[in-house]
Amino acid sequence: MRQSADRDAREEISLAPTPELKPASEETALVSIQGVTFGYDARVILSDVSLQFPRGKVVAIMGNSGCGKTTLLRLIGGVVTPQSGRILFSGLPVDTGDRTALFNLRRRMGMLFQFGALFTDLTVFENVAFPLREHTDLPESMIRDIVLMKLDAVGLRGAAPLRIGEISGGMARRVALARAVALDPEIIMYDEPFAGLDPISLAVTANLIRKLNDATGATSLMVSHEVHVCFEICDYAYLLSGGRVVVHGTPRELQASEDPEVRQFIRGEMDGPVRFHYPAPPIGQELGIHA
Amino acid sequence: MIAADVSAAVGRRVLTWVALLGHATIFFADLLRRIPESLRRFGLTVTQVHAIGNRSVVIIAASGATVGLVLALQGYITLSRYGSSEQLGLLVALALLRELGPVLTALLFAGRAGTSLTAEIGLMKAGEQLAAMEMMAIDPRVRVLVPRLIAGVISMPLLAAIFSAVGVLASYFIGVGLIGIDSGSFWSAMQNGVDVFKDLGNGVIKSIVFGIASTFVAVYIGYESQATPEGVALATTRTVVVSSLSVLLLDFILTALMFSTR
Amino acid sequence: MTKRQTETLVGAFVLLGILAIVFLALKAANLVSFSFDATYPLQARFDNVGGLKTNAPVKSAGVTVGRIASITFDNKSFRGLVTMNIDRHYEFPADSSLKILTAGILGDNYVGIDPGGDEKNLQPGDTITLTQSAVVLEDLIGKLLYSKAAEAPAAKPGADAK
Repeated sequence: MRQSADRDAREEISLAPTPELKPASEETALVSIQGVTFGYDARVILSDVSLQFPRGKVVAIMGNSGCGKTTLLRLIGGVVTPQSGRILFSGLPVDTGDRTALFNLRRRMGMLFQFGALFTDLTVFENVAFPLREHTDLPESMIRDIVLMKLDAVGLRGAAPLRIGEISGGMARRVALARAVALDPEIIMYDEPFAGLDPISLAVTANLIRKLNDATGATSLMVSHEVHVCFEICDYAYLLSGGRVVVHGTPRELQASEDPEVRQFIRGEMDGPVRFHYPAPPIGQELGIHA
Repeated sequence: MIAADVSAAVGRRVLTWVALLGHATIFFADLLRRIPESLRRFGLTVTQVHAIGNRSVVIIAASGATVGLVLALQGYITLSRYGSSEQLGLLVALALLRELGPVLTALLFAGRAGTSLTAEIGLMKAGEQLAAMEMMAIDPRVRVLVPRLIAGVISMPLLAAIFSAVGVLASYFIGVGLIGIDSGSFWSAMQNGVDVFKDLGNGVIKSIVFGIASTFVAVYIGYESQATPEGVALATTRTVVVSSLSVLLLDFILTALMFSTR
Repeated sequence: MTKRQTETLVGAFVLLGILAIVFLALKAANLVSFSFDATYPLQARFDNVGGLKTNAPVKSAGVTVGRIASITFDNKSFRGLVTMNIDRHYEFPADSSLKILTAGILGDNYVGIDPGGDEKNLQPGDTITLTQSAVVLEDLIGKLLYSKAAEAPAAKPGADAK
């Protein structure tokens, strides 16, 4: 069932063109995460991870739930600071104490939250206009034009006057995407953009991510575990597990990997390094049966 | 050794409370620092005054009326026993202006406006709206929290005044209209005994203090709530409890300060 | 709800609140009788100021003409020194006298001015010399007991003489 839906979706999506891509060096990467360790009190979420995100490419960050994917986005955005290591955006440190510097960096980023995180007391139009009104001095007529163009790019120009309560989840995410790119950011970050979407919305979203990236020359970061969709549109991928980077490479490289952890994840196998059974004594012992 | 365990547990509890108080104070200072920036977008505060103040007028006025009626009835029963029933207006006015107006308004406010503030902010946090604002380099404290705080401080004394005024009028209807006290002595006894600064003024000061306290509690608990549906529900009940207790405690302190016999 | 409508409603709310405060101030409290007129100070010394407090009224013929500004102890004459602010509209003869009275039987103390007959009036800063102290309940009771005790032995010799 899922395979055929993917195949149909694949037909709509333009495939990522680059066959061979070396990881960006720390100097040329737009975002560079170097030796970062992060955790809360007792729990360590990320330990000594290093990732580089080259300009103009779509990079996927994949892994099991709770492996620290979303935390990475929050680290890049400067919402949380790492216990050790550095995070650089365009060569500038993100984890500086200087609030103004951080705000200036954030203006160059756009983030799409998992369920849109739209402002429920504003309309669709006002949501997309929000960053423009806050960060620019543009006159209302120009803002109106820009908002309508962004909404048009995601196919929702007609929904501009609707309230947030009146639109569906898939539509909400597209509006959030329009809002995230309102200021034409250099990097767009997507937190689980495909979670819970039907096949049509899935195809539309994947298509938009790729087209937006190529059209604007921005860098896109997707956190997701939809392996097949990600592989269709990304140029490079990182696989995280247990707070570490297990493997990274182009989709082709990852698909060809022999590492059991990677194979289990990519093929979606039930049992492998990530065990199916929660640790328990043998079933015979629990049921009181002896062989 | 049980005593040692119990006292250790109590000690830990107390320390947690002290740390929480410290955190809340720092948060409050943070909000105060952001007031000038927030006032630049006064429209946000106006919207919040509408949400908090306007929407509470009906319940406040209704409560004021019923409390005024009850005060008049109860007051008359006792006063008439000592032949002082013309003092009814004075009794009601003093009770309302000094205590019942500010305190009851604050308690009702905590229930109606406080819970809606906490729930709204908690849900915004759960829906990642606050995080989205931060990622867009907009300070959610300036845009979301401070306007609500200012709106609460503005609304509370106005609501308390409405409560007291309606209560006095209601007692007039009972006292003069129903019971038959002379209208002239009703008002003159009141005017001779109620001092503009000592009674009305102190009452206004009280309601401003209550406004700051209960609005801040609502906003703080909402902002610090757990970003889940259960977390938000827990937070709203906590707001009512903490707000109400703070108001009553502050009332005790302020009354002791303001109305002590010199 | 347009912005205009919201603003209007908020304005109405604020107006309602201010009206409530004004109503309370005028109708319920004593704002009407409160005057911001200029005053002039007068002083007086009392043997006992009783329960007189600052801001207590100064009345003449039952009408409030001023307020007590301060009450201090005069260490030279060992009497209470009371300073009063009298409304400029009212002037009193130089030989007026002061009494500390009680409002009702158990009420607060206030100062009453009994006007004299002098042609000259009290000037700002003048001291009134004719003062009568407050009635202290303990002294009254003491007087009563003493007079009762004095009556009893005086009756006896008269009875014996008969």
